[in-house]
Order: sequence, then C-alpha cells, then structure tokens
Amino acid sequence: MKIAALLAVILAGGMLIYAGQDLPAFGDQKSPANQHPIVEYYINNSQSESGVGNIVTAVLANYRGYDTLGETAVIFTAGMAVLLLLRRREI
Amino acid sequence: MSRIQESVVIRTVVRIMVPFIEIFALYVIMHGASGPGGGFQGGVIFGAGIILFTMIYGIKEGKQRMSDKLSRILSSTGLSIYTGTGLLCMVFGGMFLQYNVVPLLSLDPANVSAILIDVVEIGIGITVLVIMISLFFDISPPEEDELRFSEEEEQ
Repeated sequence: MKIAALLAVILAGGMLIYAGQDLPAFGDQKSPANQHPIVEYYINNSQSESGVGNIVTAVLANYRGYDTLGETAVIFTAGMAVLLLLRRREI
Repeated sequence: MSRIQESVVIRTVVRIMVPFIEIFALYVIMHGASGPGGGFQGGVIFGAGIILFTMIYGIKEGKQRMSDKLSRILSSTGLSIYTGTGLLCMVFGGMFLQYNVVPLLSLDPANVSAILIDVVEIGIGITVLVIMISLFFDISPPEEDELRFSEEEEQ
C-alpha cells in the first residue's frame, strides 16, 4: 500500500515537472497571458481611472471588485462554518 | 502549560514583538494602494500576531484581547464595510462598486476611488484577521484547567 502511494506521488510529480518545462519564462513578454490587449489597457489607464499606483490593487479592488467581494464572502462563510461546527462550549 | 510557554525568554520576546507585528500589519493594509500589500496580507499578519500571543500566553489571555463577542461582531463588520462601499456608489447613481461617482470632498474621481479602495482594503483586512483568529480559537485544544472544569460540569 505504501509503495503504491509512493508510486502515485512520483508519477504525479513527474507529470508536473514534465509539464512545467513548457511554462513560459518568468516575466516573458511574449507569453500568451502578457499579450492580451487588456494588459496594455491596465498599464495605460489604471492610474488615471483608479488613482492608485499599484496596478495589482487597481485590478483587485476596482476592475475586479465583484471577484474580491466574493473572495471576502468565501472567507467569511468558511469562518462561520467552522464556528458553527467546531465551536467549543462557553465555560 | 508546556515548558515553552513557561520560558521567560519566549514570553518576553513575544511581548515585545507583538506590537511591532500589529503595526507592520496596519502598514501593509494601508500600503496596499501604492505598493505590495493589501487587505488579505495585512489581515493575515495581524491575525498571526494575536495567534502568536495566544500560543504563548494561553487561550484565556488571548480571549481577553479578542473576545468571542467582539470577533462575531467584527467578522460581519468587515464584509459590511465592503458591501456598504458598493451600495454607497449605487446611492450616488453609479453601478455597484463604481467608486468614482461618489462626490467625496469634491476631489477628482481618481482620488475618490483611491480613498474608497483603501476603505475596501480595511474591510477585507478586518474580515480576514478576525476569521484567522476565530479559526485558531475554535480548533485549538482546551487548556488543562479548562478541561478539568468541563469534566466536573459533566459529572
């Protein structure tokens, strides 16, 4: 059983390493994610539209505000679920 | 109480470090608009500071700093700040979370949205830090004296 688990881990890890060879280099300008026109839009307009210098924050809180609201709601829901299930009695 | 918790060195170092960790967390939250940082990261650092304190000084001392009632109130407050900011934009005729329509101190729209992004980050930070702390309190094992007390209660 342990050998089977080890083999499964090695197989999965090997597949990930093999697939990792095809990833674009870090910060590669020609990678598909960096060639999308929205990238240029964010770089040119995020300062004038959002007023924050950090493009990541502008995308996180302004352009993708709904997404971040959902993330916060997910964290809140997870906390409430743990609170309801695992809460210790008041003593 | 374990030997680590009784160590004078660790107790003193934690006492000294926790305020600086909290200040750094507030800095990370407020710095989110102009550099690396933001509500999620700052909230986690703030929560980690209180968790560090609780690990050394015990659950009871930790709960004096962050009581169950306070954490219940604050966890929903953070999300309400975020949603309230979105609804505020709707009140002034924009879409949900369209920050630049709010007439705040007659600043130009870009500055208004920068301020409201900070408000939203604070909301995220409050939610994350309170949930971190309450998760830690909920799944931590009861302390020895606490355990003895609850056993007596059951009998």
